[in-house]
Amino acid sequence: MSQTITVAHDIHRDDEGSKIGMWLFIFTELLLFAGLFIVYGVYRYLNPVAFHLAAEELNVTVGTLNTVILLCSSATMAMASTAIRMRKKALTLTLLGITLFIAFMFMVNKYFEWKGKFGHGIFPGSEDLLQLGHGDTLFFGLYFFMTGLHALHIIIGFILITIVAVRVNNNSLTSENPVLLDNSGLYWHLVDLIWIFLFPLFYLIA
Amino acid sequence: MSNQETETNYVSFREEKGKYKGILAWIFSTDHKRIGLLYLYSIVSFFIIGVGLGAAMKLELLAPGKTIMDPATYNAIFTLHGVIMIFLVVVPGLPAVFGNFFLPIMIGAKDVAFPKLNLLSWWVYVVGALIALSALFMGGGPPDTGWTFYAPYSFKTNTNMLPAVLGAFVLGFSSILTGINFIVTIHRLRAPGMSWFRLPLFPWTLYGTAWIQILATPIVGITLLMIVGERLLNIGFFDPALGGDPILYQHLFWIYSHPAVYIMILPAMGAISEIIPTFANKSIFGYKAIVISTLAIAFVGYFVWGHHMFTSGMSGTALYTFSFLTFLVAIPSAIKVFNWVGTLHKASIQLEAPFFWAASFLFVFMIGGLSGLALGALATNVHLHDTAFVVAHFHFIVFGGVGFAFMGAIHYWFPKMYGRMYNTKVATTGWLFFFIGFCTLYLPMFFLGIDGMPRRYYDYVERFHGPNIVSTIGSWVMIIGLIIIIANLIKGAYSGAKTSKNPWGGRTLEWEVDSPPTLENFEEIPVIERSPYDYR
Repeated sequence: MSQTITVAHDIHRDDEGSKIGMWLFIFTELLLFAGLFIVYGVYRYLNPVAFHLAAEELNVTVGTLNTVILLCSSATMAMASTAIRMRKKALTLTLLGITLFIAFMFMVNKYFEWKGKFGHGIFPGSEDLLQLGHGDTLFFGLYFFMTGLHALHIIIGFILITIVAVRVNNNSLTSENPVLLDNSGLYWHLVDLIWIFLFPLFYLIA
Repeated sequence: MSNQETETNYVSFREEKGKYKGILAWIFSTDHKRIGLLYLYSIVSFFIIGVGLGAAMKLELLAPGKTIMDPATYNAIFTLHGVIMIFLVVVPGLPAVFGNFFLPIMIGAKDVAFPKLNLLSWWVYVVGALIALSALFMGGGPPDTGWTFYAPYSFKTNTNMLPAVLGAFVLGFSSILTGINFIVTIHRLRAPGMSWFRLPLFPWTLYGTAWIQILATPIVGITLLMIVGERLLNIGFFDPALGGDPILYQHLFWIYSHPAVYIMILPAMGAISEIIPTFANKSIFGYKAIVISTLAIAFVGYFVWGHHMFTSGMSGTALYTFSFLTFLVAIPSAIKVFNWVGTLHKASIQLEAPFFWAASFLFVFMIGGLSGLALGALATNVHLHDTAFVVAHFHFIVFGGVGFAFMGAIHYWFPKMYGRMYNTKVATTGWLFFFIGFCTLYLPMFFLGIDGMPRRYYDYVERFHGPNIVSTIGSWVMIIGLIIIIANLIKGAYSGAKTSKNPWGGRTLEWEVDSPPTLENFEEIPVIERSPYDYR
């Protein structure tokens, strides 16, 4: 009995509270990108033709591929949440591993995409880009800034999921306390969701 | 539980032995009370630096022409004064210090929902502060754009903008973490029986503030990141030469920075709402009206940012709308003032230092608020924009409003935080000097502004000389008051007389725990069966 009282005093645990906290944090992340969406909206309105032509420069195939694999990784992440509750450690680790692999592949695709653009002299502040005119400068400026910030979120998510995987592996994260896995999952879905907005804004509206 | 037992077992949070010793026991503590005090000491330190910079500006304005510094130094000093005072002092101010210390106690909890996150937010604050202040010591000189970092100058100037902007960005994170923590704490950790309308008013205002913190701060975060992008990568978001729009920067900046004013003032109003009923020994008048007006301010406060940009270039429709909304947001603030005055009506008032601060808060807040309406009206705004009038209005609200409430709060809760009482007579003397100095300092600036003296200039024409002398003398009187107050509080913390649990006769929960509270605040979580302000 005294044991339970000590636990209640020292370790405060509130999974519901943790999830509320994570959702609030996700709101702030969405608002962070919302600022950029406003800027995108304003400049698209001011430079409709240039934005239209610049969007055609982007490779829709690579963009679609990245969208599809990122959606798959969200699915595997959600499945990991279920797997840990079914006490299937090996399956959980496999699913987390697939998620990490896809995150890595996404970054590889991104690398080649950016590298291609750099090869054509299109990067923020480049002479070639300035020659193209204001609309293109802003379009590619926003493109690199927003996909760059999104890529940063992918990296943070990657680190987060790695930590989760390590903790699942050493049994400090089990079906008893899956909230860190769930919250990392929420974060990963957010990263996915933002990409769902970025993809049509840059690749499809042309 | 007998009284005897309490005395023998009683160990306050200040004496509690943890994993670490000495200063480490504080800077690695996840106890909300220790974190509150860490914030208090950091914020007061930065406040003193900010006051010093402000005093230097007033000294420069003592006479026309160069008095003690050249124009570039003056530009750097008003920028640093603004950045330090806004981002390091006033925005975290009441929520981080008194919110951390008293929110859990006032709602009957042992700590905030995420104690580790709470400690992290203090560390993020310190790191952000160091990054921002490193601007002083690197080549290129301190930033000189003003605290608003207006584009395109903020990426054209050769001064150290990057650390200042990045510092403000990092500080935003600290603010967001505190906000998330408080919202979850209030939702999840209220004691049994504490329904929403039994929540004391200070936690209510913290709740409103926390929502603004998490909904508005990300916008300034991304805006500041865009400035970083402009400086490092030359992207062109706000650069007209590259097709960008500097006015868009102003919009994005004020979408955060106007709600930020309510981040500052709401908890101040909350603290005043705690002090006034205690010293009036009377239940607060119109509890629900105060709660609803708090939420109304938090909500309407989002939609008034355009009133900072009346002369920047907007459509007529936008101008009218923003002006109308600005007048609208004044109503809930006025409701609160009526409630406070209504509480004092026919009360038997205890005249103590915290009450003097609260009463003078009403005075300066009214002047600040009403002068704000003069600025919110379109026609007068054109005349008053960027004059000393704006500076006077802003300082009456933010220094007069938030600063006085902070002073009131620290004098009110000091016995609870330290378990000792300061010298009340000296405290009142300090307040008198401060109040007189404050009014002498800022009232002349209203007249200077109406007369056309622009702000942010190190020089002025001869006919502005008289009021500027008065104003500078006021700054000296105010600083004397400040020295008295701080010295008195430090002395009180070390050698003041020990106090009881409830020296003022307050009715909210924090007066039912020990002074200073134990590590866990409550031995047993209380069950709430009454409203927080049932006096008599």
